[in-house]
Amino acid sequence: MDKTPQTDPRQSWTFSNSVNSEIRRAAATGIYDIRGGGAKRRVPHFDDLLFLGASMSRYPLEGYREKCDTSVTLGTRFAKKPIELKIPITIAGMSFGALSGHAKEALGRGATMAGTSTTTGDGGMTEEERGHSEKLVYQYLPSRYGMNPDDLRRADAIEIVVGQGAKPGGGGMLLGQKITERVAGMRDLPVGIDQRSACRHPDWTGPDDLEIKILEIREITGWEKPIYIKIGGARPYYDTALAVKAGADVVVLDGMQGGTAATQDVFIEHVGQPTLACIRPAVQALQDLGMHREVQLVVSGGIRSGADVAKALALGADAVAIGTAALIALGDNDPKWEAEYQALGSTTGAYDDWHEGRDPAGITTQDPELMKRLDPTAAGRRLRNYLNVMTLECQTIARACGHNHVHNLEPEDLCALTMEAAAMAQVPLAGTNWYPGKPGF
Amino acid sequence: MTTLDMSTTPLREVNVTLQEAAKSQSNSAFEITNPRGSHAVAVGLDGPVSVTIKGSTGYYCAGMNKSATIRVEGSTGPGVAENMMSGEVVIEGDASQYAGATGHGGLLNIKGNASSRCGISMKGIDIVVHGNIGHMSAFMAQKGNLVVLGDAGDALGDSLYEARLFVRGSVKSLGADCIEKEMRPEHLEILKDLLAKAGADAKPEEFKRYGSARKLYNFNIDHADEY
Amino acid sequence: MCGIVGLFLKKDDLRPKLGDMLTDMLITMTDRGPDSAGIAIYGDEAAGSTKITVQSDTPDIAFAGLQAALNEALGTTASVKTVDTHAVIVLPVEKQDAAVSFLEGKGLRIMGVGSSMEIYKEVGLPKDVAARFGLRDMGGSHGIGHTRMATESAVTTMGAHPFSTADDQCLVHNGSLSNHNQMRRKLAKKGVFTKSENDTEVGAAYISSRIAEGASLGQALEGTIDDLDGFFTFVTGTKNGFGVVRDPIACKPAVMAETEDYVAFASEYRAFADLPGIEAAKVWEPEPATVYFWER
Repeated sequence: MDKTPQTDPRQSWTFSNSVNSEIRRAAATGIYDIRGGGAKRRVPHFDDLLFLGASMSRYPLEGYREKCDTSVTLGTRFAKKPIELKIPITIAGMSFGALSGHAKEALGRGATMAGTSTTTGDGGMTEEERGHSEKLVYQYLPSRYGMNPDDLRRADAIEIVVGQGAKPGGGGMLLGQKITERVAGMRDLPVGIDQRSACRHPDWTGPDDLEIKILEIREITGWEKPIYIKIGGARPYYDTALAVKAGADVVVLDGMQGGTAATQDVFIEHVGQPTLACIRPAVQALQDLGMHREVQLVVSGGIRSGADVAKALALGADAVAIGTAALIALGDNDPKWEAEYQALGSTTGAYDDWHEGRDPAGITTQDPELMKRLDPTAAGRRLRNYLNVMTLECQTIARACGHNHVHNLEPEDLCALTMEAAAMAQVPLAGTNWYPGKPGF
Repeated sequence: MTTLDMSTTPLREVNVTLQEAAKSQSNSAFEITNPRGSHAVAVGLDGPVSVTIKGSTGYYCAGMNKSATIRVEGSTGPGVAENMMSGEVVIEGDASQYAGATGHGGLLNIKGNASSRCGISMKGIDIVVHGNIGHMSAFMAQKGNLVVLGDAGDALGDSLYEARLFVRGSVKSLGADCIEKEMRPEHLEILKDLLAKAGADAKPEEFKRYGSARKLYNFNIDHADEY
Repeated sequence: MCGIVGLFLKKDDLRPKLGDMLTDMLITMTDRGPDSAGIAIYGDEAAGSTKITVQSDTPDIAFAGLQAALNEALGTTASVKTVDTHAVIVLPVEKQDAAVSFLEGKGLRIMGVGSSMEIYKEVGLPKDVAARFGLRDMGGSHGIGHTRMATESAVTTMGAHPFSTADDQCLVHNGSLSNHNQMRRKLAKKGVFTKSENDTEVGAAYISSRIAEGASLGQALEGTIDDLDGFFTFVTGTKNGFGVVRDPIACKPAVMAETEDYVAFASEYRAFADLPGIEAAKVWEPEPATVYFWER
């Protein structure tokens, strides 16, 4: 007898295996999922934009022969000593504690060879990174771990962190496993505890108070150093405008794909706006205040290639910052550790338990044995190479669009592949001269 | 004694003068007149100078102080002696919110009252308040000693780490994970020393000690309500 | 995000100096709010009369012939005093509602209405705003001033503080409300409408509507602690007094000073530096979630 035909087993889109596994994990542990990295969901991104290039109406520059400048100066508004970078790509703030000393050293080495700056993080300044970073940005965070006037003075710029793209409105989280004696000592904390960082600064709230805080920092550092203000991609128009009003030399704008050492998954995936959607409102705010290019805009959150750099610049950024991409260049999530990722219940490309301190690549760890796996000199060279490639790629695109400086890239060099990207980047949908919200239609 | 009159001398000049004197290890003395609530007065001093401020100051007076002795003959605005590393800051009047925030060392001696968030995130500083302190004081305080001769406001020592809190008067309420603790001989010694340094007319035995219950140090689902 | 100043005189001999003292206080708060400035001043009260303060971006056109037109339309004897972009219209109290309708019909913006309150506010630096309106020469019993650093709503005259949503009542704010959109919708259902997108106006409208429902000012201010979310320091003025309330977290700065002659409020002590007898004044910070109120 014929078998009665049956419908194939069908899994729910809403209750997918991944969703169900999270429900089981939550039910078993009673704590939200904490992880590192940035948003993993697909959001409209630079991939959805294309450059038009030059042909008849515009003339391209000859690659490698006709000059295309990539230099950028950050902090020209008030600082006596602005930061001059050879390339428009900087290394974003990542803490010692989240990263090993070797990793911080490698970042310093790579960035210095490429002619750019690196940035401290929540946890203070280490000798490894100061010694190996020609230009070092010192983050001023709510926790103020390790904050002291000597390091403030030996920094090249100061970045006041108001928010982070991975978690606008949230503080930090570093679980006990990584609070080793050295990390704890630098943070004045007991060894082995879970360390929670505050979401607001302890001694100011709001831009009117921040203006006074900036005055204090400038008075302590003799008005020499550029003051950056880092904001998460929340309300980029207002937040950029208020950063400028509070007295910023540079605004660092971090979209939701920006990484973090550790925070709640719900924060990473559900709070904040895609980087692509943040840039135009921020640039608009600068333009409305007459401050575009006077106060520099550094964009971060999901920058991976020279194309991404070029697109961010075309939308109005002065420079970009990379975090996750830099870690991958150092050796994070490298397939050569696949067996160990598997043993940790993960796989290459998915490993994000940076807070647990067991990183097989020896980057997001404080374990002395694991740390040894990262050779800071070799990793630094890899980062240098990667930064050089991105710069060359960005130059290639700029030349193809007929520009002798990457800063001359403009929104009119772009078209969008999707309605979403067209709306967010305010560039025309490919083949049209229209984008959603454009007046006059 | 050099006098800097802030009604005629810009803030930048006042601070440069003080900072250079401090750096040269000169042990010199300065008097600042007419501060009129100005912000960031006598910040970033890095060496042994003595500064007397004749009047009230605004935000962040004596910020990031190292080694210098700064006396304010008036009241101070928010964040006095924030992130102080060492030295001594004395306030004859009251201190506004965030006094001694994130301070790493030295002595902050407040003769009057301190308002909310006194000693927030303190990391080793000693703070003596002769009057009362406001709500959320010693929030996330990590290290150091906070001594209060008067009363403490709501949520004292919320999410406290290893800082020691000594209060002579009443405590309106304790914050999450902050509990009263036994006063042992070593604590009486610390207190005696701090009271003497601050010129406070009080006996160590009159104080109660508060500290961290250390229940929030590692996540435990049974304490989730307190996060 | 802003600077607030307030001054409430306990004795009449300082009345002629009120505007002068408030102007200095206001200018000191410029760094906290460079976008716009405003002041509500409670001056002389004329028995049986009401004052309507209106604003126009084209005062030369809008205020020319306004007095004659108003008197003809309402059959009354109103006076119109033009002060830069503002005009203060004084007329019998029974003509108030008709006058407001008439003035709104002419496209004028109503800044405030009351028997003693006048409101002046404009975009620009506090010192320029004060000079345009001649604030220094104004006398009165009490006044509240505000300097604004706009957060989310536009830098416009209507977005400047103080906000007045009922006769002789005004409110200024430092902070940022996080449930103002929801509250605006709730108030609209009750027939209380706001004119701007500003969070502070919602705070003002909330207080006025509570008072209209029978609450005392003290009760209405108490209500803000439960019903409004976010960070706020409010200073509110009424015909006879002024009140202060801070949210329970109380992060935004607030300092008060009291002598035998006055009670003063400011976002920073700096604003008090020139007040007479400030050295000997009682100076303190208002407690969180606590209502303070002074009345004559």
